Formats: sequence, structure tokens, C-alpha cells
Amino acid sequence: MNAIEVESLVKRFGSFVAVDGISFSVPEGSVFGLLGANGAGKSTAIRMLCGLLEPSAGRARVAGYDVSLESEAVKRSIGYMSQRFSLYDDLAVVENMRFFAGLYGIGKRRAEAEIDRVLGLTGLSGREDSLAGELPVGFKQRLALGCALLHAPRVLFLDEPTAGVDPLARRRFWDIIYSVAESGSTVLVTTHYLDEAEYCATVTLMHAGRIVAMGSPAGLKAERFPLAMVELDCESPAEALAALSADNRVAEASLFGSRIHAAVEPGLAGQDGGVGIVLSALSAKGLAARSAASIPPSLEDVFIRVISESAKETTS
Amino acid sequence: MSGRVGALVRKETRHILRDPGTLGALLALPIFLLAMFGWAISLDVDHVPLMVSDLDLSAESRAFAAALFSSGRFERVPDGDADAALDSGAAAAALEIPRGFAKSLGRGETASVQVLVDGSDAVRAATIVGYVDGIVLRYGSDRIRLESAREGASLIAGLDARPRVLFNQELRSVQNLVPGLIAIIVIISAVISTSLAVVREKELGSMEQLVVSPIVSWELIVGKTLPYAVIGLVSAALVLGTGALLFGLAVKGSILALTAMTILFVFACLALGILISTIAPTQQIAFLASAMLTLVPTFVLSGFVFPIRNMPIVIQAIAWLFPTKYYVEILQALLVKGVGLGSYWPSALALLCYALVAAALASARFARSRGR
Repeated sequence: MNAIEVESLVKRFGSFVAVDGISFSVPEGSVFGLLGANGAGKSTAIRMLCGLLEPSAGRARVAGYDVSLESEAVKRSIGYMSQRFSLYDDLAVVENMRFFAGLYGIGKRRAEAEIDRVLGLTGLSGREDSLAGELPVGFKQRLALGCALLHAPRVLFLDEPTAGVDPLARRRFWDIIYSVAESGSTVLVTTHYLDEAEYCATVTLMHAGRIVAMGSPAGLKAERFPLAMVELDCESPAEALAALSADNRVAEASLFGSRIHAAVEPGLAGQDGGVGIVLSALSAKGLAARSAASIPPSLEDVFIRVISESAKETTS
Repeated sequence: MSGRVGALVRKETRHILRDPGTLGALLALPIFLLAMFGWAISLDVDHVPLMVSDLDLSAESRAFAAALFSSGRFERVPDGDADAALDSGAAAAALEIPRGFAKSLGRGETASVQVLVDGSDAVRAATIVGYVDGIVLRYGSDRIRLESAREGASLIAGLDARPRVLFNQELRSVQNLVPGLIAIIVIISAVISTSLAVVREKELGSMEQLVVSPIVSWELIVGKTLPYAVIGLVSAALVLGTGALLFGLAVKGSILALTAMTILFVFACLALGILISTIAPTQQIAFLASAMLTLVPTFVLSGFVFPIRNMPIVIQAIAWLFPTKYYVEILQALLVKGVGLGSYWPSALALLCYALVAAALASARFARSRGR
């Protein structure tokens, strides 16, 4: 059974179309990632699914309930954590939790048990009496997650939950997300960290309000990136990038930090995975690389390709 | 009470208690304002420095001057240059009794005296003219002609008016201040605090967290406003208690009616506060809007400081738009006059209508601002 079913969902703000007819479904107990740049429509989509925004067109069912027609039932079944830390800084950890337990109509005795469970799950035990405002950012994020988990929601929506958190805290946060999914809840998470997308069972890439790619991380790499990838470390990356882009044996080249990722059609790549072709393209312009290695494509490579393809489609 | 409302009330109360500055201000402000208005800023005109230039030096002229000072409103300023004394502020009024005053009276003619009044404070000047006029009348001299030169008005003393002041016999302004003050206190805690408390949730982003929860609009409104309603009522009681203790004010009407009317006013104010919170995007704007819509009109238009009756009809019409006017009228009826519902029911009805309309608008807008 699917925990979330979305059919041709549209949201317009005046003449601006924020979400342009997206459809997807999320099986129960899985972790579903919604990716895209700022303004791609991720937050608008998640806000429609939570009942914060009325869809302009289309249908969506969450935990079996229609978001437009049965919003009260939807609200009881979901947990939501927004982009901004939105708890009460002047209340202690446990006071924040008690408030949210009360908000979801959890009785006193059960609330204390749920709070104990969530404190353990989020690693906040021992910090019960700290004021939320005095917690480090990573702990605040876990407290916000904890407050959204008290009523054991069937579907959990996380809108960029790890924005501004260090990698170690992000890793810790994702461990909690996994254990939530293992206990049977469904998690829909938006992020623009592509390394996090690798943790999701299914990832969906949104661009300009549309879904431009969807599938498992491995499946997407195989289907949407049928090229051999070479990573280069060059003395002058800008010149090297120009040289590679000009060479028609190289399908595409882009800058990744100080390194360059160059892709070669698999038919041309040969045994060395395209390293030879890329190096010869450089030497043709009198350039060399400090190192060159064949690497598997990352999701970022996939998405850069997908988005530039869809940009070409819309301009032509 | 539903568990969700209880959770919200507990949370809101914690916020208030964690911020002793705000709570202290809400409770101390009324007492401070009452003391300030009661003692420091008395609107009563007393101890008016008066210079008397008696050029007649007769028994009649001395008797007339003595009548002025025996009223207790005036204090004698040593005789001298009247213009200079008025310019410097050493005297607020100067009386000149001309030569021939006694002779004119003796002949049965109208005698004239000149009173110069410092008109730079119009309210004070009018009061002084009123005092002099009253004393002239009481002096029994229907032949004394009074010219108040700077006022430009000449009053012909030919009437035997005997004004009697009802209800507030001593005409003490603190009596008039308490109703307005109670209204202001309730407004600060009900309108301003409520709109700030709701907008704070919007600014913080926690409003979204509340909206995705199963809590419904009325629970949210009740839970957010109840603690502030209690503070408003406690503050109103503090003002009354302080007034009784410091200024000997007694509630002349029914305490029950007073409580009921105050609850009705608090309800109207809370609705107004919620209405403002649905429009204002930030706490600053909420504060400004609340102050402009409630506090300023209360000071200016509720009849608290300036009587509405004396205002142009357009301004009076604006005063009718704000609930404070009706509440102050009810308070005056209950506190000062001690009359029953029969006398103030139009104001009570207006307040009730206001409360219901504001509540309907507020809950409609509130539900819409939640995105549903």
C-alpha cells in the first residue's frame, strides 16, 4: 500500500506556477527524497501534502486520506518539521515535547512514555531540562524531529531538516530517519544535499515545478547517465574546462570544486573508462592533468545532466 | 476544556512567566499610570495665582476681592505690574478693580471690573473664567460687569445661575480617569499582548507547526488569548483596588454588572487583537497597528481626557468606531454614577454588537490565514 499518492498536483500563485502537475507515489515504510534547487517547488509540494496550502489542481492522498477533503484526518496521521527551527526557545526540551504531545491530544501518562521513547531515539536524554534556545544547532534539529514524532505519525514530512548542520550531525540525523522508517513510518524528505539523496530508497528531482527524474539512486545513475566519467585534477581548471568543452570526443565537462568531471560516450571510452581520451583532449591544447581517474557518476553528475537536458528542451 | 486548549494555555502561561519583564509591566503599568494621573497630572485647576489691583480701596472692593480668595481656588500674588506678572507666569490671572467701584454700586449702576487671564492653556483659562464668573454671581452683584480681556469674551453678570454638579460632586479628575485607565489597561493586555503573541508564532515559524497539528481555529484562539484575558481582568481589578486605596474611589454601581461588562469588553479586545494578528506580518507592525487602533483612540476619543461632546461631528463619528467609547461610558455609569442597566444599555448593546462583529471577522480571517 502507498502512504502517499500524488496525481497531477498543481499550485499556482497568480500567474506563477510553483508546482506544475507532479505525480508520484511513496510505498509505506520507505524513505522518499525530494530534491531540487531553491525555488524548484519542493517546499510548495510538501506544504500542499501537509495541508498548509490548498492545491490549485490535482489530487493527493496521504495515509489514505485526501488532503483537500479530509485534512483533519491527514493532520492526525502526519508529522511535519519545517525548514526553520520553529520551537520555543524559552521552553525546556521536555516542555516543548509536552506541549506538542498535548497538541496531538496525547493523554498525560501516555505522553510521558512517548517523551521517554523520543528522548532516547533522538539522543536527547539527559538534556530534558535544557532550554531549547541554548541547545547546539544539531540538537535543536533533533528536538524538532522529536516533537514531530511524539504522536507516532504514519507519514513524516521533513522540509530541509539538515540545512546548516555539520556533516557529523547530519549523519546522526539520518540514522534517526532510518530507524523511524524501520518502525514502519513513511518519510518524505526534501534536501539539496545530494549525498543525503543517496540514503533514500527513491529520489525525485524537481526543476521549475516539474519532476525531471525519479528512481532509486543506483537506477538513476544507470538510466540517466549512460556515460563514462573521469575525474581530473588540473593546474588551471578553467583553461582545462574550456579545452574539454571544445573537444567533441568529450560529451560534457563541468567543474566540481577544484576538480573537473568529464564524461565520455561509453562506445569511445574503451578499457580505461575514457581516461585516455580526456588526457589526449587536454594535451591537444598543451595542457596536462595532475591526476585522472575513472569514477562512478555521483547523483550530482546525474542531476546536472538531467537539468541541462530539460533546460535545452524548454528553450528549443 | 479540551486537552489541546489546556496544552496551549499551559505553554502560553509558561512564556509569560519566563518573561517577568512583560508580566511585571502588564501588572505594574496600571498602578503606575493611576498614581501618575491621580497625583502628578491632576487635571483639576487649583491654587491659581491671582493678582488683585485694587484702585478703589473701598470696603466694597475689599469684600469683593475677599470673596474671590475665600473660594480656595486662588492664591494671592503681591500687587505689581499685571502685564509683566502674566507674561512671566507669576500670575495666571489679574483682577483690576477700578476707581469708583463702590460709588457705582452705591448709585445702583453696573460696576465693571477687568479680569486678565493667561489664555496660553485654553482649558485652564476657561476654568479660571468659570471660577471668576461663578464668584461674581455668588457675590450677588448683578451690576458688576466683567470683562475678561484676553479671552475676548465679555460676560454680563445679570443672571442668578446656581449650578449644581451631580455624581462627581468634587469634580475630581481622578474619578474621571479611572474608567479610561481601566479601558487602557485592558486594551494593553488584551489587544496588544494578544496580537503580539500570535504574530510572534508567525514570525518564529511555529504557527505552521500548530497549523499542521489537529488543533482547530477556535481552540487555537481560546488557548492563545485566555492567559491574556486573565491578565487583563487582574489588571483592571488592580486599578480599581489601587483607586480605592489611594484615592478613596468606591464602585457606586453593581460589581457583578461591572465584571460582566469588563468581560464583554475584554472579549471585544481579544477579537480585535486576533484580527490585527491576521493582518500584521511582524511584531512591530502588530504593535503599531494595535496602538494606533486602540491606545491612541482611547486616549483621544474615549472621553478619557477630552470630552467627546466638544469635538467636531466627524471626530465624534470616528469615536463611535472604537469599542473603548462604549466601555468608558458604561464604566462612568457604574463607577461614578452608580446607575443601573436601564441607563447604559445603549452602550452595552453597542459593545456587544462590536464584540460579536469583531469576533466573527477575526475567526473568519484567522481561518483563512491558516490556509484553509
